[in-house]
Amino acid sequence: MHVGVAWFLGVSAVLFGIGLYGVFTRRSPIILLLSVEIMLNSSNLALISFGRYWGDPAGQVFALVVMAVAASEVVVGLGLVVAMARRRADLDVDSLTGLRN
Amino acid sequence: MTYDVVFVVASALAIVSALGVVLSSNPFHSALSLIGNLVALAAMYLLLQSDFLAAAQVIVYAGAVMIMFLFVIAYLGGRANEPVRSRPWWQTGAALIAAIAVVAEIGFAVEQQAFGDGAHVSDLFGAPQAIAGSFLGRYVLAFEATSVLLLIAAVGGVTLAARRPAPREGGAVGAFEVERPEPTPSLQAQAVDAETRFDVVRSGSAPENGDGD
Repeated sequence: MHVGVAWFLGVSAVLFGIGLYGVFTRRSPIILLLSVEIMLNSSNLALISFGRYWGDPAGQVFALVVMAVAASEVVVGLGLVVAMARRRADLDVDSLTGLRN
Repeated sequence: MTYDVVFVVASALAIVSALGVVLSSNPFHSALSLIGNLVALAAMYLLLQSDFLAAAQVIVYAGAVMIMFLFVIAYLGGRANEPVRSRPWWQTGAALIAAIAVVAEIGFAVEQQAFGDGAHVSDLFGAPQAIAGSFLGRYVLAFEATSVLLLIAAVGGVTLAARRPAPREGGAVGAFEVERPEPTPSLQAQAVDAETRFDVVRSGSAPENGDGD
């Protein structure tokens, strides 16, 4: 067995699928954020493995930018969760329909 | 050979811990599983000779971000748990089909490609100076945009989690507020209410008329 870039991409795809399943099935907003983190990290793995494959540091630069985006997303997402908890809303993404009604 | 073994162990750990995140019913266990996932991914970054990113992954993700998650989960306590309501079976099935479809598509696309051995890179491929040369050179615009994004996220986080919400006009209902029915008073409150409804005349405490004497 020779571990090439294709194996890393396969692991990345599996992780992305797991994160996607979590986003679709879970209802707690915190678990949703964790699943989105899994998806972002799988994309990071794909970026880095392609960067290694081409010998180009651009892949690592993109991965760093994705890390910053993920950190910002976590800050805003957890801020929303805390604001929801303060206002005594249900921590259930299915019942958060205030903007729809 | 060692490379292959490390890859197999790291990828198995990453996949199992990712499943733990998604399937665990306790959010605390989910967050801890995600830390395992991030560390396994850092090991895979090391296999890809991205040393700096492996260190950043452990410090930024497994350190800072996950600590924030754990703080919020601890702050919420039991309210962070998954709401217990049965989900229609077709939603789980559809999610499973969608996830498997994405994995199959990517797997098929990767399998169609004939990837070679990859470029030969120097030992400094993942070193900070190599990344900095690219990040502060060709991609300096992305660097500046990232700094602005982080600033906005910090301000947004402070604004969202501020203790006093902005005053609203005329009893408007915010997007996060759920209409709740008026709570029915407890039995004790009802009893106290019924007791105080009658005039209880207590000796000595009744007010005297002012024309006495």
